[in-house]
Amino acid sequence: MVSANSELTYNSKIEGEVIVSRADAVINWIRSNSMWPMPMGLACCAIELMATAASRFDIARFGAEVMRFSPKQSDVMIVAGTVTYKMASPLRRIYDQMSDPKWVIAMGACASTGGMYRSYAVLQGVDRIVPVDVYISGCPPRPEALLDALIKLQGKVKREPSAGKLLSA
Amino acid sequence: MPTALDAIAALKGKWVGVKDRASLDHPAINVPAADLLAVLGSLKADHGFDMLTDVSGVDWAIGTSPRFSVVYHVFSTTGHEYVRVSVDCADDAKPQVPSAAGLWPGADWHEREAFDMFGITFAGHPDLRRILMWDGYPYHPLRKDFPLAGIETELPDAEVTAETKVGAIAAPMMGGPFVASSGELNMTDAEPRAKDESWTERRPKPDA
Repeated sequence: MVSANSELTYNSKIEGEVIVSRADAVINWIRSNSMWPMPMGLACCAIELMATAASRFDIARFGAEVMRFSPKQSDVMIVAGTVTYKMASPLRRIYDQMSDPKWVIAMGACASTGGMYRSYAVLQGVDRIVPVDVYISGCPPRPEALLDALIKLQGKVKREPSAGKLLSA
Repeated sequence: MPTALDAIAALKGKWVGVKDRASLDHPAINVPAADLLAVLGSLKADHGFDMLTDVSGVDWAIGTSPRFSVVYHVFSTTGHEYVRVSVDCADDAKPQVPSAAGLWPGADWHEREAFDMFGITFAGHPDLRRILMWDGYPYHPLRKDFPLAGIETELPDAEVTAETKVGAIAAPMMGGPFVASSGELNMTDAEPRAKDESWTERRPKPDA
C-alpha cells in the first residue's frame, strides 16, 4: 500500500540528497544572486554607488557587494556618471574584457542619455557603445533606485534561457 | 613694501612695450609677445610675484585682429597682490606666444589646456600635447567658430570604432542652450529661455 506524500517541502529522508529542478532555474538562481559589479564610477553617481555599497543601503543583501576592479571577475558593469568621448573607448574595452554572461546598468541621466551635457565632449548615452539592460533615472539616482535596478536585473536574469545558451555555445 | 603698481611702473620704465590695461579689479598690463618672458621673469625675480595662478586663452571674435590673447595671473605670496598680464598673439591663423613653463613649471598644464581649447601654441613648451580632448582631435572647442554641440568626428580608438561604428556626433540640443535673462527683477521674465539651436530627427540640423 502506497500512501501519498502530503508534504510540500523538501524532505531529505524521502528524497535523500537529491533535488530535482530545471537547469535554467538553478543556473539563473546562482547567477542572479552573485552579480559582481564592475564599478564604472565616472562622476557624482559614483558617490551614490559607494553609498549603495555601504552599510545603510547594503548592496550585499542582493549578493552584489563584491566590487571587482578587474573586468575578468565582474558580471555587471554599473556605468555611474558622465561618459566623455575620451572615456568611451576605454569603457568599451573594459566591457569587451568582461567574461560572459555580462550585463550593464546605466546609472543616472548622464549615462543613460548624456543628461544635461549636450556638448561636444560627452557621449550621448552609453547605449551607443555598449548594450544596456537597465536604465536608472535621476541626477544622481538615490541608492534605493540602484538597488531597484539591481532587483529588476535579477528578475531579467532569472528569465534567461541559460542552459540552452550554455549547451549551444 | 613695494606694491603691484610700483612693479608695473618699474616695468613700464624698463620695457616701452608694456602698456596699462583696463581692469576692474587687479592692476593689469598689456605686453608684446617679444617681451613676455622678460617681463614675467622680472615680475617673478625682482618684484616678488612668485606664483603663477592662471594661464588662460581668449578668442575675441572671428574677424578681429588680434583675435587671440593669452592672459596670465601672477600672485605675490609676500605682498598678497595679483597682477594680470595679457599678451596678444600676432598671427590670427597660427597664434603663438613663448612658453612660461621655464619660469613656473606649473604653467605646463595651463598652456596645454590653452593649446587644446584654442589652438594657441607655446614656443619652448616641454610637452605640448592636448590635455582634455584626445590626441588627434581635429578641432579646438573653445574657439568662437566651434559650435557648442560639436562636430562629427571619429573616436580615438580605431578598434572600438570598427566594432561599434560609433563616432563623436553633434549633440542634439533639444531646445537648448538655456540661458537666464539677466537684470530682470521679475523672476518670471528672468527664467532661463531656450535659444533654440535644436535639431531633431524631424527637424534636421541647418547647414552651418
